[in-house]
Amino acid sequence: MAGTLQFDLVSPERRLASLAVTEVGIPGTAGDLTAMAGHEATITTLRPGLVRAVGADGVRAFAVTGGFAEITAAGVSVLAESAVPVEELTGTLLDKMIDEARSLAAMALPEDRDTAEKLVHDMQALKTAAGH
Amino acid sequence: MPSLKDLKNRIGSVKNTRKITKAMQMVAAAKLRRAQEAAVAARPYAERMNAVMAGLAASVGGSDQAPRLLAGTGDDRVHLLVVMTAERGLCGGFNSSIARLARQHAQALLATGKSVKILTVGRKGREQLRRDMSQNFVGHVDLSAVKRVGYVDAQGIARDILARFDAGEFDVATLFFNRFQSVISQIPTAQQVIPAVFEGAATSALYDYEPSEEGILADLLPRNVATQVFTALLENGASEQGARQSAMDNATRNAGDMINRLTIQYNRSRQAAITKELIEIISGAEAL
Repeated sequence: MAGTLQFDLVSPERRLASLAVTEVGIPGTAGDLTAMAGHEATITTLRPGLVRAVGADGVRAFAVTGGFAEITAAGVSVLAESAVPVEELTGTLLDKMIDEARSLAAMALPEDRDTAEKLVHDMQALKTAAGH
Repeated sequence: MPSLKDLKNRIGSVKNTRKITKAMQMVAAAKLRRAQEAAVAARPYAERMNAVMAGLAASVGGSDQAPRLLAGTGDDRVHLLVVMTAERGLCGGFNSSIARLARQHAQALLATGKSVKILTVGRKGREQLRRDMSQNFVGHVDLSAVKRVGYVDAQGIARDILARFDAGEFDVATLFFNRFQSVISQIPTAQQVIPAVFEGAATSALYDYEPSEEGILADLLPRNVATQVFTALLENGASEQGARQSAMDNATRNAGDMINRLTIQYNRSRQAAITKELIEIISGAEAL
């Protein structure tokens, strides 16, 4: 039996989850990573994607659109710019977010264009991953 | 001496006013509860953010490559004052206390030869500062259409501030808002956001950073501005409703006192009129 760790997911407006889990999958900017108990203390920024918390009572997934995660040996706190439980995620909401990202990309300065376009692709990948 | 009819009308109108202020007080009380809940719900994020940022800032801050949002432009000639007030009045000294603090701040800066730019959030602050500071206005954010302040509103304001900073329009940015203490006490607060300052000691935990420390810092500093703006908006929202509740409570009580005074005056006048009529009848009868 693997040890458990405390998982907190907070957005600027509210706390979405706070529970004990066995592992958390995090979409980091530099690649996906899975944190389990005893993980090296790490801070990573997020790209849009799914945060998956695997606990005793099943898997809970949240779509996040950036922010950062603080991982310590005892817990994971994800501070997401915005976060929605996957069950509440709809195709229209995703399309709205993709459009927003697109318009940001269109406005971006040349040196930021790559990052902004990556955001659009990440959003589209998120949509595929969420099954819409 | 007002006539009996005038007095009666007057009492009626004060009673109506009392009904309105009472209703406003109850609405403010309900909104205050919601605003306080929102402020409490936002706290974990802001606290975490602050803790992580303080840690990062402590480890990167000293180096030469520290981002400009943290280290500043190396100058402090041009100051941007972000004055956050309410869209509505009738909330006691809420708006004027912020405007007063901002004005004092601006005058102190101007006296030392700095230049001041003002970005107003909320209609009331703009109106109050227009008289003597209108030449310093650089922008205005209108939140009158916003029912409930969300993070997106804060992001919008932060984006505006950051765009101005990137364009080199100012060196130091300060937020002015009321910190919510209790229903009867809101503290006008000035908080510097650019260059960033962090409260509390840095945590000494050692982290791996992905991507690099500098990369994370560059990514988080703009978010931190948005978070601070959001916190300020929420504190302001709660303060506004608190101030309105106590202002309307006072108004209701004053209206009650006024009604009592007017009623006594009305009764006396009525009694005087009756006595006068009686005297006239009696003296008329005696004259016969």
